[in-house]
Amino acid sequence: MQTTKQMELIAAPAKSWPFAKHAVITSLILAASLMPMTAAEDSNSAPANQASSIRPFQIHFPEADLVDLRNRVLATRWPEKETVPDQSQGVQLAKLQALVRYWGTDYDWHKVETELNALPMFVTRIDGIDIQFIHVKSRQPNAMPLLITHGWPGSILEFVKTIGPLTDPANYGGRAEDAFDVVIPSMPGYGFSGKPQTTGWNPDRIGHAWDVLMKRLGYKNYVAQGGDWGSVIADAMGRQAPAGLLGIHVNMPATVPTEVAKAMNAGDPAPAGLSVQERAAYDSLSTFFNKNAGYGIMMVTRPQTVGYGLMDSPVGLAAWMYDKFAQWTYSGGDPERSLTKDEMLDDITLYWLSKSAISSAQLYWENNNNNFNAADQKTADIKIPVAVTVFPGEIYQAPRSWTGRAYPTLSYFHEVNKGGHFAAWEEPQLYTEELRAAFRPLRGIPGTALNQ
Amino acid sequence: MKTDKRFKFLPWTGALRSFAARATMATLALATAGNSSVAANELDANVVAGQTNIIRPFHIHISDAALADLRQRIAATRWPEKETVADESQGVQLATMQALARRWATDYDWRKCEAKLNALPQFLTEIDGVDIHFIQVRSKNKDALPIIITHGWPGSFIEQLKIIGPLTDPTAFGGRAEDSFDVVIPSMPGYGFSGKPTTTGWDPAHIARAWTVLMKRLGYTRFVAQGGDWGDAVSEQMALQAPPELLGIHVNMPATVPADVANALQYNEPPPAGLSADERHAFDQLDFFYKHGLGYAIEMKNRPQTLYGIMDSPVGLAGWILDHDASSYSLIARVFAGQPAGLTREDILDNITLYWLTGTAISSARLYWENDLAFFEPKHVLIPVAVSVFPDEIYAAPRTWTERAYPNLIHYKKLGTGGHFAAWEQPQLFANEIRASFAPLRTAITAKNSSN
Repeated sequence: MQTTKQMELIAAPAKSWPFAKHAVITSLILAASLMPMTAAEDSNSAPANQASSIRPFQIHFPEADLVDLRNRVLATRWPEKETVPDQSQGVQLAKLQALVRYWGTDYDWHKVETELNALPMFVTRIDGIDIQFIHVKSRQPNAMPLLITHGWPGSILEFVKTIGPLTDPANYGGRAEDAFDVVIPSMPGYGFSGKPQTTGWNPDRIGHAWDVLMKRLGYKNYVAQGGDWGSVIADAMGRQAPAGLLGIHVNMPATVPTEVAKAMNAGDPAPAGLSVQERAAYDSLSTFFNKNAGYGIMMVTRPQTVGYGLMDSPVGLAAWMYDKFAQWTYSGGDPERSLTKDEMLDDITLYWLSKSAISSAQLYWENNNNNFNAADQKTADIKIPVAVTVFPGEIYQAPRSWTGRAYPTLSYFHEVNKGGHFAAWEEPQLYTEELRAAFRPLRGIPGTALNQ
Repeated sequence: MKTDKRFKFLPWTGALRSFAARATMATLALATAGNSSVAANELDANVVAGQTNIIRPFHIHISDAALADLRQRIAATRWPEKETVADESQGVQLATMQALARRWATDYDWRKCEAKLNALPQFLTEIDGVDIHFIQVRSKNKDALPIIITHGWPGSFIEQLKIIGPLTDPTAFGGRAEDSFDVVIPSMPGYGFSGKPTTTGWDPAHIARAWTVLMKRLGYTRFVAQGGDWGDAVSEQMALQAPPELLGIHVNMPATVPADVANALQYNEPPPAGLSADERHAFDQLDFFYKHGLGYAIEMKNRPQTLYGIMDSPVGLAGWILDHDASSYSLIARVFAGQPAGLTREDILDNITLYWLTGTAISSARLYWENDLAFFEPKHVLIPVAVSVFPDEIYAAPRTWTERAYPNLIHYKKLGTGGHFAAWEQPQLFANEIRASFAPLRTAITAKNSSN
């Protein structure tokens, strides 16, 4: 990555945003073709006295990488069709071939690259790793700073559609006073952030880094949100409770009680006395652990082994990710009903081009906790307000009873009627409305004026 | 590979044989069978007469194009970064994979393996709608005991090549003529050169039934069965089905784990009180395997079809295959670091290349999806069972557990060296074990015959 076009945005006051945006975009449009692909490479060239500098970032992959990708896709060595008429053995051949046919022909990465490059993106080094992030400020002076963390197999792309509604609510059916400033980082090992070269980048460490990031951006008070790993990290930040973190919202809460988790881990029948909702949650998670958890166990235990094929075979990577789009969207197993082919391929191509199949899987190796269990996530240690939205297509629907027990400071709980694991990506409007409602009570609390 | 040439296996005359050979080899461009020093299959007349079940000679010939494509793909590998640890705790290490790939793309010669295989009498016969490929080598000793030997995953019939000589011709390998075996080594459905099931239902019990059909089709009225890994599961199912022709089995990955031990492992609890040193060692081995080594099996059971990457990427396949269990991986890593061990680099590459060229990565994985048996849970086999315990097996079955699991245990021995791929790693030791195991059953046959 070229570092000649660095911009100091340290402690940039909110009011400076229009200027900063203008400067970034004018300078970077000119430089776009010279700008680099990954953030990781420039770490050594960053001047030492700018350890906390924030540098503008643009994406540009060489055409050769895109040609190589297309060539590999077209040269795919396909297996036989599955021996069942359903999805029970994994991604069905016909479904994957339809997706991949489009990938190898009409799909155009440049569209999403252009879309991302039109957003203000930056890189800053935290704890030895370059962190790439989108940072869009609202025009509203009292916008609430919101940090949003993606998961696996997601990325910053999950949230692009929510940026408008969150930062500019008046233009999207909302009220100006619900505006957010949004900060959407790529986790270490993901997307355009650097890849850890050593161990230790677990959710707690990412949580600490996120607080550094928000403070570095000049935010004294903010909220954090996430699903999937984003929920795990938001929970971690909730436990850490750094000064200024007003609350968190998660859409994949960790609520399973210890005694239920024990039965589930052993593959036992549901314990007696569960309510209808609890029983449904138990059954969903039992199915997940018994039928669909292999990918996670493999990434927890052997990320390097599973990664060779994912790094070398676009179709291997596509199937590994599409399997989860199919299972976790609110689409009845037909993810094209929830996401467009382009959206899924944008995300898959992002993983491919940024070569993050293994570095992303290493997060599982770093954290072998059960991400659904309250005790594993130590949710009882969270003392700040917690908001939860339950989407019907999530891996399990957290019952209100378990959620209240898991999060003693639960400030908001709402079950919505559409959307799945990739809530923001699938239902950006609904997701936005949930965040507005969830965080509204945290605005205007005395002593926590936003954007101080 | 051509498998569509079918030959009526009518009286096995020289004329037909040379016709068959010419017809296959004209297209397959290979003539090794004719010069094979091993006696070609000479079926008993009573097997052939009136049978509609056809046994066809089989030769392997992989096209030059397939080999060139493989080399090109290896050379074009898109490598990941190195693992972030200094050991194997994240999976197959980059240095091992790159050493393997270097050898594979340069000095490795599949044709040598092909010639070695084609020097053996190989056949195809259809059972339950699937072509079963097998090696059949008869001993010169007319009292030879027929044995069917079943490979596992990620093995193949290549695992057993080194024991064919010692078993069929013991006097040439330091044994006694009366310990001779006729050897039948099939490829399981979905593996090697057997057909790939296009429907469900080929679980170990189904394979076991097919093996009995095969042995009877070959004219054997008394035989024994042997296996490790899936070969153990299949052999134990044969023993449970207990066809009258099956005299006993030998297994080198026995299913002996008592219920209290299995429960403690399943619930992640401490070992039951009072375990002996051997039992505690086995417990610890299993605990390690379940916590760190079982991911590949779970993913293949959950979502075999999703593993498109190991069909499309040679290094993806190699990484997946190398990581079967910690001891085997450690052995393989030593081999590719240039240290002598029970396997050679060629052994390992032959087996991986077989999986690649036959396109069986996913069809072989489906056996995990089909299977509902617990690997190590005693199955209550009542016929004679012999067990050899190799120290580097996934777990070293203690004598106590083995005696409880198999009430009719006729042989138990702990060896000083060898692991999961025992026949492949320690063929002489393994052959000695097979001889010693089945000697009592021969005596029984002889006694029975003489009393008649």
